[in-house]
Amino acid sequence: MSTTTASKRPAAPTTRAGKAADYLDQRTSIGVAVKEFARKIFPDHWSFMLGEIALFSFVVLLITGVFIALFFQPSMALVTYHGNGPEQLQGQLMSVAFASTVDLSFEVRGGLLMRQIHHWSALVFMASIVVHMMRVFFTGAFRKPRELNWLVGCLLMILGLLAGFSGYSLPDDVLSGNGLRIADGVVKSIPVIGSYLSYFIFGGEFPGEHIIARLFTVHILLIPALLLALIGLHLFLMVLHKHTQYPGGGRTDKNVVGYPMFPVYIAKMGGNFFLVFAVLALMGGTMSINNIWNYGPYDPSPVSAGAQPDWYMLFLEGSLRLMPGFAEFVTWGDYTVSLNVLIPAVVVPGILFTFLFVYPFVEAKVTGDHREHHVLDRPRNVPVRTALGVAFLTEFIILAVAGSNDLLALFFDMSLNSITWVLRVLFFVGPVFAFWVTKRICLGLQRKDREMVLHGHESGRIVRFANGEYIEVHTPLSDEERWLRVNYEAHRPLEIAPATDGRGVKRRGYKSDRRWQRLSRFFFEDRVEPVTPAELAAAHSHGEHDELAAAPAAAPAVTAGGSRRAR
Amino acid sequence: MKALAARRHHRFAPVVLLLLALLVTGGVYAVLAPSSAKAETASTADIETGKKLFQANCATCHGPNAEGTSEAPSLVGVGAAAVDFQVSTGRMPMQMNGPQAAAKPPQMDEEQTAALAAYVASLGAGPAIPTDEQVDPALGDSANGLELFRTNCAMCHNAVGAGGALSEGKHAPSLRDTSPRNIYQAMLTGPQSMPVFNDANITPEDKRDIIAYLEDQKQGSAGGFELGGIGPVAEGLWAWIVGIGLLIAGSVWIGAKSS
Repeated sequence: MSTTTASKRPAAPTTRAGKAADYLDQRTSIGVAVKEFARKIFPDHWSFMLGEIALFSFVVLLITGVFIALFFQPSMALVTYHGNGPEQLQGQLMSVAFASTVDLSFEVRGGLLMRQIHHWSALVFMASIVVHMMRVFFTGAFRKPRELNWLVGCLLMILGLLAGFSGYSLPDDVLSGNGLRIADGVVKSIPVIGSYLSYFIFGGEFPGEHIIARLFTVHILLIPALLLALIGLHLFLMVLHKHTQYPGGGRTDKNVVGYPMFPVYIAKMGGNFFLVFAVLALMGGTMSINNIWNYGPYDPSPVSAGAQPDWYMLFLEGSLRLMPGFAEFVTWGDYTVSLNVLIPAVVVPGILFTFLFVYPFVEAKVTGDHREHHVLDRPRNVPVRTALGVAFLTEFIILAVAGSNDLLALFFDMSLNSITWVLRVLFFVGPVFAFWVTKRICLGLQRKDREMVLHGHESGRIVRFANGEYIEVHTPLSDEERWLRVNYEAHRPLEIAPATDGRGVKRRGYKSDRRWQRLSRFFFEDRVEPVTPAELAAAHSHGEHDELAAAPAAAPAVTAGGSRRAR
Repeated sequence: MKALAARRHHRFAPVVLLLLALLVTGGVYAVLAPSSAKAETASTADIETGKKLFQANCATCHGPNAEGTSEAPSLVGVGAAAVDFQVSTGRMPMQMNGPQAAAKPPQMDEEQTAALAAYVASLGAGPAIPTDEQVDPALGDSANGLELFRTNCAMCHNAVGAGGALSEGKHAPSLRDTSPRNIYQAMLTGPQSMPVFNDANITPEDKRDIIAYLEDQKQGSAGGFELGGIGPVAEGLWAWIVGIGLLIAGSVWIGAKSS
């Protein structure tokens, strides 16, 4: 499937490009790397391009960001505005940062377009990271050897959040100032060090005169450098591990079935880049975003209705909005402990992010599986993983919805208080319910797969026998279809060594093993085993009887496992 | 038909059928749904007519002489501005009990509204309906309006007057379609949950500046579609629907382009 180049040593190049390439190759031996890379095989699936969307929107962010940085002035010095901006800003006292953003938008040719493309790219960058993570999580692409790359990806996501937050705080408008004020409150809620940390960040009491310049350095130097380095590492590991592939005939953990980088994926990737750039430019050109001149220059007193952060920080806003205020108390010595801020803004996101970071390692432990995996799982075949992922997303969405509770109340004519209470309940109940529903759906789909493998497709053709009995004729699955449905592994709960050794002495580590076993049971107690060749053969012979005599008997019991659970 | 019949077991067939059913239901509803009836009655505008109108439409709640009941406040001294605001925006006569009186197409025409206002104004001194000059946005300074609006109004009405939620199902309505006269009257009389911004608090010139700012917002954004003017939540929704939607569609397309 790969393109082949002539194996014999080619003659001296004759074309201009050929001569230039030869000149370069003789001095750098780059030909070896190019040849290696051009022949690199990538598997073919649209969902493998989601990460590319993130990469390409990051490229667009860099390009537009450089343009913006040429004109933006990160200063909190005050000026009185007189310029080409909207009427409503004339004569207003504002920071240089705000004024330069307005000038960028209204005086620099193409400035507003660049700003809008930059902001839309940031939103799409984060969204594509989330979609890409969903693909990786639900297909189990984080399994050995890719656990470390999953961690790099999680770090990239968090850096993306920080990049976004530091970026939209820069224009120094009322909305971004509100966001900084919340960040200040969150920092201050950390016991003991909180107030010192806040003074450190803002160079004194909020808002101070330094924060914009500091955020500017963070936003254009620190975070992009880290992002670039980690993206490099992410891609390097991806190439090193080789790409995962979806299950199917001929695809194993030892091969990669697909097309070579050159010319196929070079073309596809190039096309995708232009597509991403086009969509972002379209959005930046037609849809207004963050009209800072409506919010006006920052002033600590006003907060407008509908003040929310960008979507990827909305879960934090929602978490804060859901938390009841009673958790704040004053200790001895007159110190205030703001659990009403600490829990929603530090503890809740902490738990959510910890789940993402540790999940691959937990799963490796409960499966007891130390092999390398390059063939992806179908989400239904690992029901508990899929259900946990959906539960996580449900929680994230509930929090994001809570962050927009006022808009819901306004546009759907509902009571803000009722929405908040419903979401408070859903915060706890929603993920559990989502987990249960998803797990049941996965198990149901697996049973359906079993049914299909054993009995074939329903053809819709009803046959009447001479004795008056009707049966529906089933058509057998093709080999490809069957392979997809039987070629998976249903993990079983961990088996552990007994509590005492042969001489009745208590074994060290038994209790910890026992805990892991319990977790493992939670994962794999309910499972649907793949059809074995013996079962298939039995079903087929059974099917032949079927055609001749009786109606199809009830399908064989499809759930295995659960045998040791006391019911 | 044969091609159609062959595909009736396709796995997307139920989805297509469902979509068709929804389309048909929606279409039939749109055709058959009852449209609101319009009543046109003429009357002369004087206090006596106003009194009759009041007794026919308002007295049930506000009392026969507008002295108020346990259901509704006294209207003595609220002034013509309050009546004109409530009646011309359709909030009064109230359609139904709820968290707050909802705006609806006005029930009274201009003459009837003027008659009612004249009657209520005759019961006791109160703020009068502002003159056209007082509410002319062209005479206002929108820069001052922005400052005043975001300090006094934006916390409920949103930075560009797109509206916002209050507690228990009450809300601060969008000001996008509110006439300058009604905005002025609302500030002056403080309907429902809204505080009163009297002339000592926000001077008549300042009120006009606020109107000028709000009028400027109707010109749209320099950046393109406004997406409702409600900020980052709408932007995020569009980033997901348009941005990620198009890009995933593109990925599927590129992925399907067989090599």
